[in-house]
Amino acid sequence: MTDPQQPSGSFRTRSIHVGNQCDPATGAVVPPIHLATTFRQPGAGKWGEFDYSRSGNPTRSNLQETLASLEGGVGALAFSSGMAAIHGVTMMLKAGDHVLAGCDLYGGAYRLLHKICDRSGIDVSLVDLTDLDAVSGAITDRTKLIWAESIGNPRLSIPDLPALAALAKQHDCLIGVDNTFGTPALLRPLEHGLDIVMHSATKYLGGHSDCLGGTLAVADQELFDQLYYIQNATGAVLDPLSCFLTSRGIKTLDLRVRAQSQTALQLATWLESHPRVKQVLYPGLPSHPQHQRATELFDGAYGGMVTFELDAGVEQTAKVCESTKLFHLAVSLGAVESLIEQPATMSHASYDEADRKRFGISDGLIRLSVGLESFQDLRDDLDAAIQSSS
Amino acid sequence: MPSSQLPDSYSDSDLVAENTSDVDSNQEFSQPPRVSDQSGFSTQCVHSGEPHLKDSGAIPTPVYHAATYSFDKTDDLLRFVHGEDIREEYGRYGNPNERSVEAKIAAMEKTEQAVIFSSGMAAIVGVFMSKLSAGDEIIFFDQCYRRSRDFCVNHLSRFGVVTRQVPTGDYEAMEAAITDKTRMLVSESPTNPHLTVVDLEKFAAIGKANEVETLIDATLATPLNMNPAEYGVDYVLHSATKYLGGHNDLIAGVICGSNELLEPVRDLRGISGNINSPQNMYLLERGLKTFHLRVQRQNETGMKVAQFLETHPRVEHVYYPGLPNHPTHEIAAEQMRGFGGLITFTVKDADWRQTANVVDAARIPRIAPSLGGVESLIEQPLIMSYYKCTPEERVQYGILDNMIRMSCGIEDADDLIADLDQALRS
Repeated sequence: MTDPQQPSGSFRTRSIHVGNQCDPATGAVVPPIHLATTFRQPGAGKWGEFDYSRSGNPTRSNLQETLASLEGGVGALAFSSGMAAIHGVTMMLKAGDHVLAGCDLYGGAYRLLHKICDRSGIDVSLVDLTDLDAVSGAITDRTKLIWAESIGNPRLSIPDLPALAALAKQHDCLIGVDNTFGTPALLRPLEHGLDIVMHSATKYLGGHSDCLGGTLAVADQELFDQLYYIQNATGAVLDPLSCFLTSRGIKTLDLRVRAQSQTALQLATWLESHPRVKQVLYPGLPSHPQHQRATELFDGAYGGMVTFELDAGVEQTAKVCESTKLFHLAVSLGAVESLIEQPATMSHASYDEADRKRFGISDGLIRLSVGLESFQDLRDDLDAAIQSSS
Repeated sequence: MPSSQLPDSYSDSDLVAENTSDVDSNQEFSQPPRVSDQSGFSTQCVHSGEPHLKDSGAIPTPVYHAATYSFDKTDDLLRFVHGEDIREEYGRYGNPNERSVEAKIAAMEKTEQAVIFSSGMAAIVGVFMSKLSAGDEIIFFDQCYRRSRDFCVNHLSRFGVVTRQVPTGDYEAMEAAITDKTRMLVSESPTNPHLTVVDLEKFAAIGKANEVETLIDATLATPLNMNPAEYGVDYVLHSATKYLGGHNDLIAGVICGSNELLEPVRDLRGISGNINSPQNMYLLERGLKTFHLRVQRQNETGMKVAQFLETHPRVEHVYYPGLPNHPTHEIAAEQMRGFGGLITFTVKDADWRQTANVVDAARIPRIAPSLGGVESLIEQPLIMSYYKCTPEERVQYGILDNMIRMSCGIEDADDLIADLDQALRS
């Protein structure tokens, strides 16, 4: 027997039904968008389920219910952006604490940790998370948070999440993972013992380049309560219209990500044999250093992000990115439209130059976010762009 | 000429501004789409109809909430009035969000253009009102959406238009019913709820041979599975509420066809005002981007569920054009690339209440009218749509007491099958 309201339903069925119960007042198959900022209360000093929309809103609550089910968590929180969600996590730290983060890290997270958190007296060190010895060596008794990305950005490295979770437990520190590239359709980190899973919902969850958002989901009620307290106190909540668009996007998440993964694998395979391409980084390729791990961790596909390195300098690489006709030159990722960008000058421009060199963000690197267009169209577009710059 | 006096001729070219050669500051944002009819279908769903570069470089189309659109100078207005500048004027005549959706659907349907209406019914009414006059006749295949029939029989008749109905798929009867007053042949394909597929080649040929226009409501087929215009059908109608929008969260309709045939339809729409809000159009455009994925999945699931039902001991009969036992399977297999997510079936030895119990026992599909969205829906046509008909009318329309119509969404097919199984066994 299948009941979509119970976690036993399949991922895709739950992504459509959990948190999207019919409106009891009207029977509406799609729940209404509650723009209300404030809610009438049953009595003075008596509180209903919702009081003020920063503290809770029915439309946001629906989205959070869906997310909690999809991630297998006790609860989820929707923030106004992915960065707001990560910031929510870092606000659990205090002066003197130490954060260990991966060195294949989104530029925005790098900036938050190095330029904002450090003002509060929080130390940060970056290590290669695929090197467990290096991680062990970098943990100190002040380490309170390990921050990972399930698929690193932009080099698409895949850390051993279960082993990292065990290390974190051993050292009594929290471990959170940005699963934006992985998506809950392919990877559910809470099932692997991680404490916090974060998404930039702007990307695959929303999926249409038309709403910002960030999410956190956790497996532990006490941790959820702490994060909720921080969100409510600091106010970075997601607005109801964006919650609606994100919920609408999640209904096709599984279809989209699997189609995008399939096209990404085809493109990566093709790029690998391209004479002007030095290296292709895609977890689905046997040549990827953590291909085996990715196969074990991911549910049947490797995601829609492909990074490759051209045998070219900064300007020539930029020219390729500017020459595509179908791929839009833009940051962000995960949407139905394919995007192309040069990490060194765009998504990872906020890195210090020395760190870019150190962590392999070379000038010839190009990052693709594969959309829903057909493989042939994308291949022809990319091929023409690469040829035109030679 | 005194400045207070209007020009006596709109074609007076002297009045058109000299600054026509001025560089349009928005030029780089009005590039045509970079996809063609040679692009992959999914590529077209994502990109067709939209300018490749948009205002501010935005990736998705901005939502234009404007009710009215300003002109820089009177000369700009004159250029518009002269038809030299295609642009927006007043929201009732169209808006940018509507235009990009129309262009996308026209590309998907392989027609010159598409005109969007506020609902599927508004679209069919829009065509009839712009094409038919007192004394004209139209001929329908009799399996059709009851509201389309209702409008023709009870309302078009008030304007002196005669509606004739002939048995669905009886092409000879249709041709025989044509008189010199006949203006349009109308059918659905597949029909609702029997899913009878019309031979589009034959249907269009009868129209051509008799100089009568043809209209197919292809809502259940979708542009992924069938393009009636390729067979010579003049008008292709969709309730965009269904598969095109695909999320059960908007109401819209669209009529596709040639520029020549649709211009009068667009003109009348501008007068009658059954248009769409820009916000609604944005949701439709957003839905169209995943159209290929969704309908591909619904085709697959529809087939799986139909095959499952066919072998179920409590099921008497399954109506699904993808099954070899369907009376029009052969033509469906020839003219359709997939068979959609809608399935009708009857429950063995069940009265209306026992049938209702099966509907009530289903947990995943919601009991609701409509179809084609990501959420599966289920209904008993007897109660949902034909409750107020006499038993004789129901017999005439082929609506059985033990009939259930299921619209498969994009949930996991195994979940839907397990759910239907428990509902049938309960």
